[in-house]
Amino acid sequence: MVGSIPTFGQAPRDADREIMQASTVDLVADTARAAAARRTMAWIAGGLAAAAAAAGAWLAPPDELQGDAQRLMYLHVPAAWVAYAAFTVVLAASGAYLIGGDLRWDRFARAAAELGVVLTAAAIATGSVWGHLVWGTWWAWDPRLVSTALLLLAYAGYLALRRALAERTGARDGGDRRVAKPAAVVGVAGFLLVPVVHFSVVWWRSLHQQATMLAPHRPPIDPRMATALLIAVAAATLAAFCVLLHRVVRLERRLAPEPTPAAERTRVGVG
Amino acid sequence: MRRRAGRITLLAVLLVAGGLLVTSALRDTVTYYRTPGEVLDEPDLARHRVRLGGDVVPGSLRNDGDLVLFRLAAGGREIAVEQRGAPPETFREGTGAVVEGTLSPDGVFRSDHVVVRHGNEYRPSSPPVGPVDAR
Repeated sequence: MVGSIPTFGQAPRDADREIMQASTVDLVADTARAAAARRTMAWIAGGLAAAAAAAGAWLAPPDELQGDAQRLMYLHVPAAWVAYAAFTVVLAASGAYLIGGDLRWDRFARAAAELGVVLTAAAIATGSVWGHLVWGTWWAWDPRLVSTALLLLAYAGYLALRRALAERTGARDGGDRRVAKPAAVVGVAGFLLVPVVHFSVVWWRSLHQQATMLAPHRPPIDPRMATALLIAVAAATLAAFCVLLHRVVRLERRLAPEPTPAAERTRVGVG
Repeated sequence: MRRRAGRITLLAVLLVAGGLLVTSALRDTVTYYRTPGEVLDEPDLARHRVRLGGDVVPGSLRNDGDLVLFRLAAGGREIAVEQRGAPPETFREGTGAVVEGTLSPDGVFRSDHVVVRHGNEYRPSSPPVGPVDAR
């Protein structure tokens, strides 16, 4: 896509970066070229989102049983899917940090966790409205709903832990192994909940319907609905990837000037 | 070293507490509803408030004042349900429903809460007339 391949891993430092990566763009570099690549991606994500909105609102027909309320699927499923993907990034980045010790992975883990928490909350909110319209209840003590709420709590706890560690040790979140290491352990452990959430509707008797697109034997779905859903998922995935890169760049920019001890002392009392 | 040990202890405590919370929270919700067969075979189960789920038997749905009467079936067994209060708009014969209440000695399940349980199949509300795709 647009000739730019995201390259992660041990980031070459300083001038090496420009020379070594002539053919690819380091999407998280704080350079004009990388920013242009990120902007291009954001425009593509925006275009996909517009296409998804058109497909979800007009192209796809209303559902036989659920009527127009079923259109909430085009928000709910992408939110849940990208939340899973974000927590997968937390897992991978936390693992990469624990193995390689590169703090850049720690920043990826933090940014992905923030994204995942927001999207899990969005999935719960859209699901709640959908449930109100179709099930006749805003909330049910159902395995899928309860496990999703626990997932939200777990990763909100992960972010709280990062912040608490940073405040207690005086370390800067995203740039210090005193925060990064315990956070990475929790980031890996928290992922255990993701399969529980996903398979909760298969393992246990649930009010929530089972998966359609990811089902082993795909149940019938109108092709226009499936198309709208796939476009919406693609748009949300790419948009979330853009937000993730943007956030990592912002975190790195914030960490860039090495603070003097005096500068750090003056931060006390803010907030 | 003491701080390190303290942190690991804190982490372990958090993980164990989280695990306990998960299992205890899920224990009551893993089985969101009981089937007609379970309720009929274990009458003790439905003496207390319980959720009963199944498909609304076609032809069994009727209104009687503010009561909605229907039968819920699953796995070849069925129970007559007397629901007090209007069900959601999506409630209809042939689709799934979960009701909340108790089984009376007369064999009628008296509920005051009903939710619709729909499947993972999605069909257009009206069959498309003529070719929709210009392919």
